[in-house]
Amino acid sequence: MPACGGRTLYAMTLPTGAQLLQYLISGLTLGSVYGMIALGFTLIHNATGIVNFAQGEFVAFGALIALSCSEAGLPMPLAVLTAMAAMTLLGAALERAAIRPARGASVITLIIITIGASILLRGIAMWQWGPDALPMRHFSSEDPIHLGPASILRQHLWIMGIVVATMLGLWLLAERTQVGKAMRACAVDREAAQLVGIPAARMVMLSFALSGMLGGLAGSIVAPLSMGQYNMGIMLGLKGFCAAILGGIGNAPGAVLGGLLLGILESLGAGLCSGMKDAVAFGIMLMVLLVRPTGLLGRRAGRGEAVG
Amino acid sequence: MKSSTRLLGVLGIVVVAMLCAAGCGEKPAEPVMVPGVEPPTGPPYVIGAMFAITGDASSLGMPERDTAEMLEKMINEAGGINGRPLEIVIEDTKGEPAETLKAAKRLVEGSDVLAIVGPSRTGTTMAVIEYMEKVEVPLVSCAAGVPIVEPVKKWIFKTPQTDRMAIEKIIEYLKEKKITRIASLSDNTGFGKSGRREIAALMPAAGLKVVTLEEYGPKDTTMEIQLTKIKGTKAQAVVCWGTPPGPAIVAKNMRQLGVSIPLICSHGVANETFLKIAGEAANGAVLPAGRLIVVDQISPDDPQLSLLEDYAERYRAHTGKSPDTFGGHAWDAVELVVKALEEVGEDRAQIRDMIEKTTGFVGTGGVFNYSAEDHNGLTKDAFVMVEIVDGKWKLAK
Repeated sequence: MPACGGRTLYAMTLPTGAQLLQYLISGLTLGSVYGMIALGFTLIHNATGIVNFAQGEFVAFGALIALSCSEAGLPMPLAVLTAMAAMTLLGAALERAAIRPARGASVITLIIITIGASILLRGIAMWQWGPDALPMRHFSSEDPIHLGPASILRQHLWIMGIVVATMLGLWLLAERTQVGKAMRACAVDREAAQLVGIPAARMVMLSFALSGMLGGLAGSIVAPLSMGQYNMGIMLGLKGFCAAILGGIGNAPGAVLGGLLLGILESLGAGLCSGMKDAVAFGIMLMVLLVRPTGLLGRRAGRGEAVG
Repeated sequence: MKSSTRLLGVLGIVVVAMLCAAGCGEKPAEPVMVPGVEPPTGPPYVIGAMFAITGDASSLGMPERDTAEMLEKMINEAGGINGRPLEIVIEDTKGEPAETLKAAKRLVEGSDVLAIVGPSRTGTTMAVIEYMEKVEVPLVSCAAGVPIVEPVKKWIFKTPQTDRMAIEKIIEYLKEKKITRIASLSDNTGFGKSGRREIAALMPAAGLKVVTLEEYGPKDTTMEIQLTKIKGTKAQAVVCWGTPPGPAIVAKNMRQLGVSIPLICSHGVANETFLKIAGEAANGAVLPAGRLIVVDQISPDDPQLSLLEDYAERYRAHTGKSPDTFGGHAWDAVELVVKALEEVGEDRAQIRDMIEKTTGFVGTGGVFNYSAEDHNGLTKDAFVMVEIVDGKWKLAK
């Protein structure tokens, strides 16, 4: 058994073709979820220039609300929609209660407010749902579909499909609607947008609402696999943030690309040496950022691209 | 300025509301005396307890606190200790080392306790050992880690079984089942790493082959990759070392990937949470566990039987919840201190000596035999192997 570091032995094996296929399936699924969380970061970053550290808690709340609704007997689409609607409201409420009163404050102050909000939300989640993980039904049957030597769950397909549909929806919103165009205008130049009559403050609120909705959706689709737990947002939020950075913060297609890449790297890393999987994934991410400090699709540091 | 005050105001209201809600839940304890028993009088014997009541180990700390409160009430209703009341001062460690040290100092310097029960976790116990040794107050930890009692520290004891005993029990089971090759899959927390270390050391020494040692993060959403790798080896069983939800996801992923070898889990999944979240996928999984979860199935001449039944019944009546292993650790720890107090009274050094001399003490975790060399007092026989059948614990054959 060859070793790959650490004081205790870590097994390192090269994957076979069949294993590689399984790793890709898992990686793409994980990556889709990371990508959707990264999109939430991107929307808020474009509207305000801040990083919303409560994004992970949006995901956790989405998961917990969806699984509670599903547990209460609501049909699955309704449970997911309820989670999305609740998170849309929560996102908007967070902006109204915590971000807007502090408008004009420095970016770092706003970021610290979002950290505070994340701790508060986590506390509320633990208070409401307790400290233990909670299960959620899959959207459809739990029997796997066999693809030759690999297997894929219907939930994996749901996740990938929903992420593609969401991207398409966001793209349409950004390119084809008045609201989307207004949001993009604010992202490019907030003052100029205000001068032509775009209510910039409302656009910020809208971006929080949309991010909440995306978080709620991401949580609902991942909970059947990962279960829902009050503190699940810490890790998922961090991974989503990394995906957004990797793709070039502020760039929506980049966020999804970054997510997919991070998911696949993590999955291959685990396949190589599971004790070092995060080290492998984040090591490669650091290397990419050394070569391209603005991320894969980022143009300038900070703001730039459109909303969707 | 104005906006930040407003934000503070909102936060303040939320905090006050939470405190009120928490406060309303607490009922003042009304002592209901056992008929014919004199109520205890005089100054109380004060012992301290510190548990992870809040924070991410609260599923350990809450049943421990409930058990300590229940025992305090029970002992005082039965006349106290040598006619004097018992007072247990309970502190919250939040499951964090720094908070635990503060709690220990409050108990020793503020409440002048005779001994301390807890804390709940290995890491928080390690954080207070130096202090407890310095102030010379006996501590009976409710945490599992081997390093707490190895090497032996003069003032430190513990009640839970260790992961080493669990792995010794699993080795015995594997040999019975003629399984010789296993794959290890552990989470990368302190608990998982310690299990992994013991597996890597004890199993090869017992003639078993560990074909691979895989790891996962406790917050990972899938363990498909690690299990795909294990599927490609010649392993005859997966030994999974972690606390829920990880092992539940492992059980589900094994079904999904068609990994059909047996799943052996740690004692860390011996709780209702695991059964609930793993659901159908948990069926067939085997684990070492204390006898508490199979109290209805153990042999009628088992020395622990009547105690376990008594604890389970009292705990249900006190909290309305199912009893669990962690509360049991607190029961054993409090009882150990109380028994020493009965013998020697208010003297920390003599209490310590008395605990060390305790033998044949029947607790929820096993039959304890402490000595100067062994501050845990248990062997692998504190565990039984349990199989999950139709979502229920069954004594494994």
